[in-house]
Amino acid sequence: MQTMLHITTLHYLVLGAALFLLGVIGVLTRRNVVIVLMSIELILNAVNLNLVAFSHYWQGIPARFGGGPLALHGQIFSIFVITDAAAEAAVGLGILIAFFRNKETVNIDEVNLLKW
Amino acid sequence: MVIGGIMVITRKNPVHSALALIATLLAQASVYLMLYAPFVAGVQVILYAGGIMVLFLFVIMLVSIDRSMKERTFNSQRVVGVIAATALGGLFIAVYVNGKNIFPEGVPAIVEGDNTQNVASLLYGQYMFSFEIASLLLLVAIIGAVVMAKKRI
Repeated sequence: MQTMLHITTLHYLVLGAALFLLGVIGVLTRRNVVIVLMSIELILNAVNLNLVAFSHYWQGIPARFGGGPLALHGQIFSIFVITDAAAEAAVGLGILIAFFRNKETVNIDEVNLLKW
Repeated sequence: MVIGGIMVITRKNPVHSALALIATLLAQASVYLMLYAPFVAGVQVILYAGGIMVLFLFVIMLVSIDRSMKERTFNSQRVVGVIAATALGGLFIAVYVNGKNIFPEGVPAIVEGDNTQNVASLLYGQYMFSFEIASLLLLVAIIGAVVMAKKRI
């Protein structure tokens, strides 16, 4: 019963799933492109949270099973994901500025040049 | 953190959404500290809350928000979107309920030690090639952003 009071890996995974769902709802329902990009950031953060939680979980595994205090691969992966998020945000906002210069709007429903 | 996420996707003003996203990112940095990952927490604060959010706020100021304030907040597929997200949440719940036995319920170990040093030795040792690829990706992103934001190519 005592372990019920502690925060296990599963709690972090549930938190990550909640953030992921919020990001998905934001991507699917908002009309402002800036907020859609922010929701993508939320999704990437949820993935990061899962990676770091699993990294912490692996650190509790004995070293002969591949764990141990040096098993920090999840944190390395999360750093790479943060790098990708930075690149994605820069390119996405550049595209947004180019689009705004052409059509004077940030409404995602008017991004329909490829639609017929 | 979840409250911050809800605020991000429900506020009408994009500036309010950005501020809520900053609160969410800072809360997530504190969660990283709880998970004994101080280096990732520092990177989160500096790069996300410092760098990316400044970029977002800059673009929000650059594009006019007056017109989008008057329009509807959500688009026409909002009902379908919420239903699809709910289905995805049901999938998550099913996976977690079924996979609960995979994780032993023990508390993860409290790891003390040189986290930043170990991260650095992994990053510059085993993951050296990925690190260089990431720098190449950042170079491509810089060039792409400049080309996209240029007035006349």
